[in-house]
Order: sequence, then structure tokens, then C-alpha cells
Amino acid sequence: MSLEWPILSVVIWLPVLGGLLLLISGERAARPIALITSVATFILTLPLYSHFDSSTAKMQFVEKMPWIDHFNVHYYLGIDGISMPLILLTSFTTVLVVLAGWESIKSRVSQYMASFLIMEGIMIGVFSALDAVLFYVFWEAMLIPMFLIIGVWGGPRRVYATIKFFLYTFLGSVFMLVALIYMYMHSQGIQTQGTFSILDFHALSLGRVEQIYIFFAFLLAFAVKVPMWPVHTWLPDAHVEAPTGGSVILAAIMLKIGGYGFLRFSLPITPDASNELSWLIILMSLVAVVYIGFVALIQSDMKKLIAYSSIAHMGFVTLGFFIAYDIFDKTGGWEKAVLGVEGGLVQMISHGFISGALFLCVGVLYDRMHSRNINDYGGVANTMPVFAALMVFFAMSNAGLPGTSGFVGEFMVIIGSFQANFWYAFLAATTLILGAAYTLWMVKRTIYGEVANDNVAALKDLNGREFVILSTLAVAVLVLGLWPAPLVDVMHASVANLLQHVSVSKL
Amino acid sequence: MNMENIYLAIPLAPLFGAIVAGLFGWKIGRAASHWVTILGVAVAFALSMLVFKHIVIDGAETYNKTVYVWMISQGIQFEIGFLIDKLTTVMLVVVTFVSLMVHIYTIGYMKEDPGYQRFFSYIALFTFSMLMLVMSNNFLQLFFGWEAVGLVSYLLIGFWFKRETAIYANLKAFLVNRVGDFGFLLGIAAIVYFTGSLDYMTVFGQADTIASQNIEIFAGVPWSAMTVVCILLFIGAMGKSAQVPLHVWLPDSMEGPTPISALIHAATMVTAGIFMVARMSPLFELSATALSVVITIGAITALFMGLLGLVQHDIKRVVAYSTLSQLGYMTVALGASAYSAAIFHLMTHAFFKALLFLGAGSVIIAMHHVQDMREMGGLKKYMPITYWTSLIGSLALIGFPGFSGFFSKDAIIEAVAHSDIAGSGFAYAAVLGGVFITALYSFRMFFLVFHGQERMDEHTREHLHETPAVVTVPLILLAIPSAIVGWYTIGPMLFGDYFGASIFVLPEHNALAAVGESWHGPAGMVTHGVMQPPFVLAMLGVFTAWFLYMKRPDIAESIKNKSGLLYTMLVEKYGFDRFNEIVFAGGARGLGNLFWRNGDVRLIDGLIVNGSAKTVGWISGIIRNVQSGYLYHYAFAMILGLLGLLSWVIYSS
Repeated sequence: MSLEWPILSVVIWLPVLGGLLLLISGERAARPIALITSVATFILTLPLYSHFDSSTAKMQFVEKMPWIDHFNVHYYLGIDGISMPLILLTSFTTVLVVLAGWESIKSRVSQYMASFLIMEGIMIGVFSALDAVLFYVFWEAMLIPMFLIIGVWGGPRRVYATIKFFLYTFLGSVFMLVALIYMYMHSQGIQTQGTFSILDFHALSLGRVEQIYIFFAFLLAFAVKVPMWPVHTWLPDAHVEAPTGGSVILAAIMLKIGGYGFLRFSLPITPDASNELSWLIILMSLVAVVYIGFVALIQSDMKKLIAYSSIAHMGFVTLGFFIAYDIFDKTGGWEKAVLGVEGGLVQMISHGFISGALFLCVGVLYDRMHSRNINDYGGVANTMPVFAALMVFFAMSNAGLPGTSGFVGEFMVIIGSFQANFWYAFLAATTLILGAAYTLWMVKRTIYGEVANDNVAALKDLNGREFVILSTLAVAVLVLGLWPAPLVDVMHASVANLLQHVSVSKL
Repeated sequence: MNMENIYLAIPLAPLFGAIVAGLFGWKIGRAASHWVTILGVAVAFALSMLVFKHIVIDGAETYNKTVYVWMISQGIQFEIGFLIDKLTTVMLVVVTFVSLMVHIYTIGYMKEDPGYQRFFSYIALFTFSMLMLVMSNNFLQLFFGWEAVGLVSYLLIGFWFKRETAIYANLKAFLVNRVGDFGFLLGIAAIVYFTGSLDYMTVFGQADTIASQNIEIFAGVPWSAMTVVCILLFIGAMGKSAQVPLHVWLPDSMEGPTPISALIHAATMVTAGIFMVARMSPLFELSATALSVVITIGAITALFMGLLGLVQHDIKRVVAYSTLSQLGYMTVALGASAYSAAIFHLMTHAFFKALLFLGAGSVIIAMHHVQDMREMGGLKKYMPITYWTSLIGSLALIGFPGFSGFFSKDAIIEAVAHSDIAGSGFAYAAVLGGVFITALYSFRMFFLVFHGQERMDEHTREHLHETPAVVTVPLILLAIPSAIVGWYTIGPMLFGDYFGASIFVLPEHNALAAVGESWHGPAGMVTHGVMQPPFVLAMLGVFTAWFLYMKRPDIAESIKNKSGLLYTMLVEKYGFDRFNEIVFAGGARGLGNLFWRNGDVRLIDGLIVNGSAKTVGWISGIIRNVQSGYLYHYAFAMILGLLGLLSWVIYSS
């Protein structure tokens, strides 16, 4: 299905324009303009779901026009069942982030809000770009507002964190650029012009060695973004220094771009290399679940703890994607790999809600006490009962409680990985224990107990704005947990098509 | 009214109460909160009785339908649906009845608590979760209910969240249960792997296919798939039903208010594991190895946990260890393929153990929340209703002939005696020994609380009086089934065809059938029972308790002093807690520190990230030296470069 108007362009450029408008508007108008723009963008993304045709794997809402003729580069947009939910997640989260920064940001409000709006447009661009150059431009451009958000509104060690963040992600993406150019050259015939279309890349025939080089180039870019162990150490630092809104966007959406990249690039472009090296990704994923689970346990900084928890949860995403090859080998078909891939996708959406909510919870506390240190808290439930109830709810979702969205993806991936190998499922399922341990131990030390000190005694419960933000997320987490079908149904055709493509060797 | 709507209304009525009391309790007040939840549970109970009439008395067909499709992925239906057969019906009646009693009782017990509404919301939510668990027709919903009751248990153990001990206990309970769930989830994953379905009936239909397969968890070592599946599922049951070594959370769960100890940690939630295994009888029957594991774990729990009840001073902890031991009995019954006996004991135990807990709670109210039995004594004359109902509960617990517990416990002992499964010999000795232990700790408690010297302080004594009607009425209502329910139900449930197709037993495992051959009605069983070893052992236990704690307390004291090592071992609970604290809790933190400090901080960040940053800095430092700004340096470098380039061109061609 399609629409009369170029919906993808609108939802990419509307927030960018809104952001630019903010830069010239005064401080006083900044908040309402930001809110109106983000809400409007969110509403405008809704037709992507309501008009989405889930019976086909074809790209939908396609827009294509020439951009740089000489290199056959196009302004080429379109989405399928893999990218569409991520775009909705982006527009939804941005509204909450604008609201979350309403009071806690006091300096340079318009620039702060502008950064988030511009970033929203860019991130939607990343998810909808079907031209590799366009994708790369969005991909790199995304770093700039995030860099500013951490660098300008961040905590005391923000310089270290931004540089680390920038170097890590930049290092990763440089090799991706090389790979993209290589594929353009490769697609060039004697008579014909080369292509940068991602869909054409999918069909590009590549030798084994080429595939392995390209695979690693992509791996570096995406693994840093996810982030996968061992290239994850930028994330805790970035989170700790970022303002609440920055953490939310980082956790809820930016990390997903890495996972998305694996599905859009690595698997379909280099299926044979992915097959050969799937053990490596699975290993890195399982290390993320187990090793990072233990690391999260002993963190004393709440944001660091949630950051590590994010890494562990994202391990399920990559695990769900790459077990596909073991299942191909075992069953001889792609049909049994669906659960893992869809589970990974659901996990991405769910983690967007839950990690976003947890960072917002920490933000609520930080705004009041200016501390993220668990030891400074204790007995918050006595003074902030409503907040405590929501925090416990999100903690339980983070621990994968059935009935919340946190359960759905993990459940699917664990069941899916059992089909590949008992030990994958075994190690992945340790999250049941580890995830509960690090999350609920934090809850015990911050929320429960006697009022720990005078600062906690002076805490005021959620105000209306904070309550709306957190309860909206709670509803999202609950609805997705009780009825994931509406989300999973839109993925079927695209995932089946992807797996079918991936299961065929290019050699 | 359409039965379908009734089935739906049974769990939804308590859920409605929970939501109203939970979200709007602050607005509607205390009385409205307890009314809305009690009404919800009362409706669920009334409808459950209706279902009982429909399914059991009218003999309606088993109901098995989807309520809604949760999602479909990989062609597998993940759904919410109900299976209403006779097994479900028993559970419905037991759960809603005990829950209703506990709801009413709570009005009295929590009267002065500021968290009144929250408490009612939680217990109604618990009732909903437990009902969803027992009504499920598939593994997904089973797991939902399973974890949801765990959540409510967590919230309720930590209900008094200011107490350090309570929030320690609830975290511990949740994590230990998660260890069980870890196995349970893998078991479910294995089932999906072998059958491609989560639906009970489809899975049971393919039981033979599972049983005929092997799985190599360790390469080259093929294991029977069914054994792996069943043991994984049973690990889940061990967590929820507190079997050794995953029992450690249950005694600590007594930090929660007494009504939930009765409802969750005695009558219903902890029996979920027993129910689950009974429900899975078509699977467990096909793995003798799994049944042996089950019977052995059950026997260990039944005997050794009972022993711990002997050295406790806290009235609730005595009942808690008794619960562990009784859960062991049920597990033994499962292992002996006497599933219906396990469910039968589950039912009688739900009544008499809820009664005992609520009785203990009544004592605690009267004692102004003192729980130490050393400060009690002689309460009989102050609290006659509590006294008599507790006596009924205790007699049922020790299996005094005619009381409900007698029938269920004797049936289990007899079934084990007739079982051929490996481990049944040990189990027989354990359950028989357990009878003496049970009688001893039960009546030790009974005598210490209600008889003998009044050891409380003067102030407490002056205020001692019987608890109000909201407390005593539930006690009386629970005492009635505790006394008589066994008499009326043993015939159909164990030796009739009550469970029909709900429970599957292979002929060669059917120990109960062998027991049934010599069974001639409840009256015969009672007259026969008074001549059997269990009765003698129970009476011996009661006598010993009387002798040691009433007649000659000095002997009890000197036994305690002389059996130093044994006594220490019991007080230390065989060291499980200390072991877990050091090895698992400490080990996990140690590992976390090790990984973080050496892996993340030292290796990745220290060596690689900051190291490469330093290297870049170092190289750029050198390069900076090169860029000195002196023209002759540049000229010299250019000459060197040109020289190098030229020689490369010349030599390579």
C-alpha cells in the first residue's frame, strides 16, 4: 500500500526543519515548538503502520530520485517490516525525550531540543534509506547531534566520553564506507554504471574472500553500535556522562541501528561469510549475556548498571539473528530460523521501551538528588511511592517478566536458539537469573528499605509530566507483553524473505 | 449463562478487584478496597463451584479452547487458552476457596497496616495469576502464570519493605525461583524443539515421538529426550515447590505477612510445581529416570526438611518447614506415579496448612506480633476457637485416622510401598520416618503455644483475648474441610475414575491400582489405619512431644546440649544458606569484579582503547618533532623521500 504524499521524506525532514527553526527561535518558544514538532512527527509516522501492507516483503512508501548522477547515487527511501517498527519507536521516543528535558535542561534549551529533533530526522533517515550513500550520510550525521548532546549538556567527564564515543563509532564506520565503495566498483560493468542501491547489493555476487572482508568491515561498524563485547566500553561512559534524554535516545534507538545494520547489510550481502563466521557473532553475543551480566551486577552507578544491562540484552538481538545459520545446517531449510530473527527484532523494540524507561527513572532521581550512586539511595519507596511502583515495574520488565515486553524477545530467542544448540539456549537463559539479580538487587538497594538519609527523606514524588512519560512507557511495555501479535505480524513477510535470500549461497 | 463466559469470569473477577484496589485504593479507601477484592474472589469461588457441578457432577466434556492468540511466529501458535478438566476443577475450587478465606481473614490481620489497599490488591492479583496458571491449556500461559505468581510472591514477601530481612528474603525468593525457571524455560524450549508446539494436547499427543528420540547435550553422549525434557521441567517445579536444594527461599518467605504465608507459601503457589508435574503426567510417565529423580528429591525434602522444624522457635518457621516436608510427600507421590494421590494431598494440605498458618497468625495477632514460641504457652484458655481449630489442623497434618490428612498421607505411603521405581525403597523409609518427625514438631509447637506455662510478659498477658470474627470464621470454615474432606473424596479421587484422562499412568507404574485392590472404603481404611506403622509412629511422635516439652522439658534441654553437632547442623539448616551466600552470591560478585576490573577496565579500556589512544598520541608526538618549522628539515626530508622513491622505481623494474 502507499500514500499520496511522500510520507518518509516528511517524517525525516519535518523534525530537521523544526530543529533548525528552534535554533533561530528564542529560548522561551523552544519547548512548545519542540513538543509540537515531535508530536506532529509521531502522528505522521502512524500511517506507516496503518497503511502498511504486511503481506509483502517489498519495500513500501518508496521514494526515489536521482541525487548524484555521476555515481548513480539516489535519494532512495523505502521501508519493510524490519525497519517500520523502528521508525515508530524513534518518533515515539523522541516525544518522551522532549518532555523529559522540559525542566531539567536549563541552559541552551533551544539548542538542546534542536539537537534531538534533528537527530530524530536523521535516525528515521537511517532506517528508511535504501541507497548506501544516503544511508552512510545519515549514519555519520547522526553522530554530530549526539556528540553535542553529550559534550555540551553532559556530566563532568563528558570530554573523555565524547571522544571515546566518537573514535569508537567513527573507526567502525570508516571501514563500512570502504566496503560500500568497493561494492559500487564491483557492481560496475564495462558498459553499465555501478550502483549504490542496497537492494542491488543484496543481489551482488561476491566471492568468499571478498565477502569476508566486507563482512568484517560491516561487523566493525555495527558491532560498535550495538555494542557487542568487546567493543562495548564506550557505552557505559557515554551513558554516564550523557544527559537523561541523550541516554534514552542512545539506548532506545541508536543501539538498534547496529542490529538493523546486520539484517540490512551483513546477512543479505555476505551470506556465506556470515555463515562461516556466525560462530564468532554467537560467541560475542553469549559473552555479552553472561560476562556482561556479571559485570552489571557489581556496578555502583545506576546508569552504568543499566548501560551494561543494555549490552547484555542486545546480545539477544545478535544471537537471534546469527543462530539462523546453525539452523539452516541442521534442518536444511530457513523456516525454523524465523523465531530467532523475529525474537531479535522484538527484543530491539522492547529494549527501546524498557531501557528508555529505566534511564528516565534514573533521570527522575538524578534531577532531585544529583547522584547516580546506588549507595546514596535507599528507601525511596517511602517518599516516592508512585515512582517506586513504576520503577519496580520497569525493573521487572528488564528482568524479562512474562506479561511485559521484556519477556517476548528473550523467550523467542531462547526457544529459537535451542533449535540450533542446547548450549546456546543454556547460556542465553542464564539471563533469567543474572538479569533478575542485577536489576532487582539495584531495586532493593535504592527503592526498598528504611529511608537512608535526609536527602531521600526530602524527595518529592513524580510530578504530572514525569508521571505521564513513565506511565505511557509502562502501558507500551504491558501492551506489547500481553499482545505482541500486532508487532510480530508486520515482520513475517520481510523476515521470511530475508531468510530465504540468506539461506542461498552466493558462491 | 454460557460456560465460556464463566471460565473467562473466574480469573477476571479477582483481576478486576486487584486493579481497582491497586490503582484507585488511595481514593476509594480501605473498606471499599477490601470489598471489591473480596467480591471478586467470592465471584470466582462461586463460579468455580458452578464449574465443579458442570464438569464433575454433570460430567460435561473437557473444555479446551483458545481465548486469544498472543502471537504467531515460525508457524507456532503462542496463545492464551483454557483447559477445564477435572484436574483444573479441583485446583479452581481449592484456590478460590482458600483465597476467599484468606481475603476475609486479612481484614483482621492487616487492620492497622498503612499498606492495607496495596495488600488486598496484591493478593487478588495473586489469585488471578494462580487461576491463569491452573486453567492454562498451553506451556506459554503456564509460564506466564508461573512467573506472575512468583512476582506477587516477591512483592508480598517484601510487603513490609522497610525491613531489611524482608527485602533480603524477597530478593532471595525471586532469584532462587529464577534458578528453577531457568530449567523450566529450557524444558519448554526443548518441547518446542521436539514437537513444534506449546499446546498441551498436541505435545501429549506426540509424547511417544519425544520418547523415541535422543539428544546429545554433550557430544557423543545420547540422552533420552524425554528424560531431559522432564528433568528440565522438574527443575522448575523444584524452584516453585521448594524442593531440596532449591528450598532455601521458603523459610525466609515467612518475612511476609501471615495471610500470604497461608495462601501463597503453603496452600497454593508452592503447590504449582506439584500441579504442573501432575498435568505433565503423559510426559513423566515415559521417563522412569525422571520419575526416580522426582521421588528421590521428594523423599530427601520430606524427611530432612521436617527435621529442621524441630529446632525452630519462630511459630511461622515451624509451619514453614512442615510445608516443605509436606511438599516433599507430594513430590514423592508424583515420583511413584501416584499423581492423583499427590493432587489429593495437595488439596487436603491446602486446607489444613492454610488453617495452621491462619491459626498461627491468630496467635500472632493476640501476642501483638510476637512470633517466638518461647514467649507463649497456655493460650488455650484465652483463645478457644484458635485452639480447637489448630488442634484439628494439627491432627490432620500428622495424619490422625479420620482426618483429611490421614487419607492423603496414608495413600502416598501405601503407593510408595507398592512402587517399583528406582529410589522408592529410600522414599518409603523417608516418608515413614517423616510421619514420626511430623507428629513430633507439630505437637511440640502445639504444646508450646497452647499448653503449659504462660511465658509471655505481664502486659501481653493482660491483653490476650480471642481474635475477632473476621479471623475466627475463616479458621472454622477451613477446619471443616480439614477434618472431613478426605473421607468423602478419597474414593472417587484415588480409586474411582475421577481424574479420567487428565492424568495418565502407565499400567506398570500404577502403584495406586495395587493399593486400590485392598481398599474397602474410607471406614475400612480408618479401622485398618489404626493398626498400621504410620499411626503408631504418629502417636509416638505426639507422645514424645508431650513428654519432652510438657512433662520433662529438662530432658529436651539436655538432649539439645548433648547432641551438639547434630543440633548445630539443624540450626544451621545443613549449611545451605551459608553455602549459597558464599559460593553463589559471593562468587557472582567476585566474578563480576574480576571481569569488570580486569576485562573491561584493564584490558579493553586500559590496554586497547587508551593504549591505542596513547600510541596515537606518541606517534603524533614524534611527527610533531618532525614538523619543526625549519625549512632545511623539510628539504632534507624531501630529498630522503625522493631518494627512496627513485630507488624503489629503479629496483622494482
